[in-house]
Amino acid sequence: MNAEAEGAAARTRNRDERRRPGGPDRAERAAADRRRAREAAASVADPELPMLTLADLGVLGEIDADGDGGAIVCVTPTYSGCPAMGAIRADLDRALHAAGFTRVELRTVLHPPWSTDRITERGRRLLAEHGVSPPGPAPERDGPVPLSLAPRRRALHCPRCGSDAAELTSEFGSTACKALYRCTACAEPFEHMKEI
Amino acid sequence: MTHPFAADPDDESVYAGLVGVDDDASQWAFGTGFDDPLAGVDTTVPEGVDRADLAAYCLMLGDDALVLAQRLAEWCSRAPELEEDVALANVSLDLLGQARLLLARAAAADPGAVPPLPPDSPVPAEDALAYFRDAGGFRNVALAEIRNGDFAQSALRLLLFSVWRLALLEKLRESADPVLSAVAGKGVAEVAYHRDYAARWTVTLAQGTAESRRRIEAGAEAVWPHAAELFAVDPVERRMAECGVAAAPDALLADCEPVLEKVLAAADLPRPDTAGPARARGRAGSHTPELSGLLAEMQSLAREHPGGTW
Repeated sequence: MNAEAEGAAARTRNRDERRRPGGPDRAERAAADRRRAREAAASVADPELPMLTLADLGVLGEIDADGDGGAIVCVTPTYSGCPAMGAIRADLDRALHAAGFTRVELRTVLHPPWSTDRITERGRRLLAEHGVSPPGPAPERDGPVPLSLAPRRRALHCPRCGSDAAELTSEFGSTACKALYRCTACAEPFEHMKEI
Repeated sequence: MTHPFAADPDDESVYAGLVGVDDDASQWAFGTGFDDPLAGVDTTVPEGVDRADLAAYCLMLGDDALVLAQRLAEWCSRAPELEEDVALANVSLDLLGQARLLLARAAAADPGAVPPLPPDSPVPAEDALAYFRDAGGFRNVALAEIRNGDFAQSALRLLLFSVWRLALLEKLRESADPVLSAVAGKGVAEVAYHRDYAARWTVTLAQGTAESRRRIEAGAEAVWPHAAELFAVDPVERRMAECGVAAAPDALLADCEPVLEKVLAAADLPRPDTAGPARARGRAGSHTPELSGLLAEMQSLAREHPGGTW
């Protein structure tokens, strides 16, 4: 949801809540809780890429709170089989309880699917600073996926020495989201986050 | 919780930090996070769609992924090089993730499809489907279940499987079932990597040494007879295609043939006969004996401890 749409949705919610029993007090509480829930969820670190928060990774969707101890957080899984999702859900649940929420509902959002394009600029910078080459633009999603018999060509830089002379070791790495490269300038291996 | 490693506060054991933290079991992601993979997803069955048919169709696609994931996992620690070991494990994990979502979707569409377990059983529905059905209840194609053979044969099987599955998932993005459509949308990007990987190895081995050529040719003899089944239409698939949920298998040929042609021309390998009679009828629960061995290994632990939590 973009900022404008989010603002509109929040205004609608605030208006509805003022009409509800409990009055403006509860509406104010809900608005404050929503901010708090968003902050708590956004600051949770990714278990596999701990330099990134879940907000940097772009897996968080709509976050809501009812002003009465309840919070709802929408999460989009990255890869279908990513074992980190269990840890992410457990960490989110814990972070929201620590922020004072007593009822926490985590909702899975499968559509639209997560894409590396959702990783924020800050997230990309942090990946590179921590030795992981950030993903390029994700491939087109519509229509048939073209077969690629030659190794995929990516414009990337060695996160250690900055050279663009790197060779692909494998399209698969230590986690579902990473490919393995070797820098031919400084000879160091490094990981690249695959475009998806 | 007490633990020998936690006894000495100055213990420098790398395990020391893992225990005794406020008795907080949630640090073990796999003990706590294994909740419903479709939590919060609207699993309403679209109007006019038969629940039992939808569940059966999801089982077909889920079983294809589950059974091949298990076969690929057999390569773990046995692949020719570490990079290939890691690659095959990654492909297996992607397929396992797809299987989990599809089996959960089957269970949500028709709870009657889930093998009955005691009411206090902690086993989630998708695990009950994976671990407590016998071979006759599995609906995967034979291509997914045949033995790995050597690396060349495994590469060729993965090529045929992922060319076909990618064509299928691309079409399922438009499925009338929103859950199936979302699962397919996620899977497309994953299977595209699997297909490229298998295609490159097929060409590399076919154009490599005399020994690698001999092996990939033998692989084709073992794998190609299972191609026709992929495009044969089961009554459930036909009915689900008619109501817009499924992609009809015979309609996938037009998408698969040019891709296979491109790889096999580069590899100078014969093409599989995709039009002949299907050897097995996995969609109807009829399988090769090889599936029983696979299931025995995959299911034994869960069956031995039906009340276990993991």
